[in-house]
Amino acid sequence: MIYASQSLGDLWVWLLERLAEFCGWLGIPEVIRYSVEKGAYAIGLLVFISLTALVLIYMERKVSAHMQLRYGPMWTGGWHGWSQTIADMIKLLLKEDVIPDKADRWVHRVAPIVVFVPSLLGFLVIPFDKHLIGADLNVGILIIFGFSSIAVLSIFMGGWASNNKYTLLGGLRSAAQMISYELPLVLSVLGVIMTVGSLKMSDIVMAQKDVWFLFTPNFLGFIIYIIAGTAEVNRTPFDIPEAESELVSGYNTEYSGLKYGFFMLSEFTNTFIISAIAATFFMGGWNGPSWLPGIVSFLGKTYLIVFLLMWFRWTFPRFRVDRLMDFGWKFLLPLSFFNILMIAVWVLVKK
Amino acid sequence: MTETLKNTGFEEMTLNMGPQHPSTHGVLHLLLKMDGEVITEARPDIGYLHRGMEKLAEKRTWGANIALSDRWDYIASMSNNFAAVLGPEKLMNIAVPKRAEYIRIIMAELNRIASHLIFFGTYGIDIGAFTPFFYAFREREMILDLYESVCGARLTYNYFRIGGVSADLPEEFVPGVKAFIKYFRPKLKEYDTLLSTNPIFMDRTVGVGAISKEEAVDWALSGPNIRASGISFDIRKEDPYSVYSEFDFNIPTGKNGDCWDRYMVRMNEMSESARIIEQALEKLEPGDIMAKVAKVIRPPAGEIYTHVEAPKGELGVYCISDGSTMPYRYKVRGPSFVNLAILQKMLRGLKIADVVAVLGSIDIVLGEVDR
Repeated sequence: MIYASQSLGDLWVWLLERLAEFCGWLGIPEVIRYSVEKGAYAIGLLVFISLTALVLIYMERKVSAHMQLRYGPMWTGGWHGWSQTIADMIKLLLKEDVIPDKADRWVHRVAPIVVFVPSLLGFLVIPFDKHLIGADLNVGILIIFGFSSIAVLSIFMGGWASNNKYTLLGGLRSAAQMISYELPLVLSVLGVIMTVGSLKMSDIVMAQKDVWFLFTPNFLGFIIYIIAGTAEVNRTPFDIPEAESELVSGYNTEYSGLKYGFFMLSEFTNTFIISAIAATFFMGGWNGPSWLPGIVSFLGKTYLIVFLLMWFRWTFPRFRVDRLMDFGWKFLLPLSFFNILMIAVWVLVKK
Repeated sequence: MTETLKNTGFEEMTLNMGPQHPSTHGVLHLLLKMDGEVITEARPDIGYLHRGMEKLAEKRTWGANIALSDRWDYIASMSNNFAAVLGPEKLMNIAVPKRAEYIRIIMAELNRIASHLIFFGTYGIDIGAFTPFFYAFREREMILDLYESVCGARLTYNYFRIGGVSADLPEEFVPGVKAFIKYFRPKLKEYDTLLSTNPIFMDRTVGVGAISKEEAVDWALSGPNIRASGISFDIRKEDPYSVYSEFDFNIPTGKNGDCWDRYMVRMNEMSESARIIEQALEKLEPGDIMAKVAKVIRPPAGEIYTHVEAPKGELGVYCISDGSTMPYRYKVRGPSFVNLAILQKMLRGLKIADVVAVLGSIDIVLGEVDR
């Protein structure tokens, strides 16, 4: 019954039921029904991702502006420059696509695609609402981390192929950084997985029906996750691969037009994914007050984390590359091992 | 070449940092030889902004040279003006009226605050924190507004004259400065919370690019750079020009001479400058702003070296007069130029990320380096 529900997930299930009824009535094979179902979800997801990117870029501009005593875009589109990002996107589309003279043309072309596709695929297993998940895989979280580690490759490809010393340094830095911070990132989430006993995203959300993991001993894991997650998406204070004042623009210095747009988009979608995982794993995902639709609750928490990341970005200075490694390997990694130990004891005691 | 390079057969990488680079503060070109991220050799290549100021000065009258001096260190033009007028005044034995002296000092100290604010903002950007820049510029804007009310210009003031200053203070200036000082003092604390004591910021700057006392003297550093190394050298105290001897102010010094000390010396200097301005405002009394000076300025033949404590260090002008309306020789000792020299020594062995931290901390202006 659609009117009784407040949740987008229930609406989706209701639609799927109608589709199944319709297909059964027409005698359409199961394969086609399945394809239509997933295809519709994929299209919805793509629309959502593009809208998210637009909103995030606009939000970043506004948040940074207000932190810096500015207003940010104010004119384009009328109300507080809401369409500035759209205008910027059109500008990016129309720009000349420059490939440096001695660049490795093929790798240079492929790198933006390699960075963008995994960041899209990560959305597959994010539970937006009850039942509203692309594929509720039993290895859900591993898929996301698997995809996000491909991003390293693309940044490295982009840095290497551009045939520029700054991009090369940026690429090498990012390879070192993302590999080092992937460990604490995964280990911090391990605490939650141990508590729940499942890698499935829906199980993890359901386990937080009563209390968010943020308010349990998993709090330490949350802190580690936020730090490592910031490093994973290359945002200040860990924006070493693109360190503007040192490496001009880092690995994407030689990119322009749509290809640069892809790098930028993937940065924002990655930010969203990292925040969405934080919301799912530590803040109860779509769990929330019963009067609030699950997706609103989920997006609210996600955007809260996004805001936190932006706050970091516009107030913190940047780490130095070797100190960053020290911090990751000598502090964050032992801390996340300690976290696992602590959670293990906690889980045992609770039993 | 480092040991690893010799043993492995890998090559050094030459990186041209600048002249088009976001954090070389203009058009400085650094030739870096690097072993991975570690710098083995650094060579500053200057001259991209060379305008031949000293030669130009020989073809301009003494008065017109004040306008040229605005373009040396263009973010502290008042101090440049100060240096440009002291020489001819001494040669001609002009006694500058008291009011003009105090006005000059207020202007120079406000300019020191403005210059250090730019340092604070851009240094934040160098280290990777973008936000402090806008806070610094908010306050600097007020100083520029005050300047604009006096001389109509916001960057190249051309305000000092041989024998005084070009215009008297407008009515709203003194209350404006008082209001600014009152507003500015708490802001210094805000800067400290925003950047100075940030753990990441301290991690990037403490112990980086340290200059020992001996090195600082050997390389003829001046200004905040030498004071950060623990040597209390300030021309306002050592060789008081104008009426600086009447004022009560401290000279902030550092201890280790690292980037953080250089940064903190400048932050502390801002509050000392505010103190000087307050005292000068109290002593300011109505009176003349120009001494009686001949229309055509012809200093008697002779030579003289005068120097002022500019925000960046010792700004000296060595001028030779042959008794004509134009200087025979006009040598400028720009503090940025002299301070820049030590960079090649400091950078060796540091990481590329430290280049911007060190370069930012010695606070150069390319307009003064190249002239």
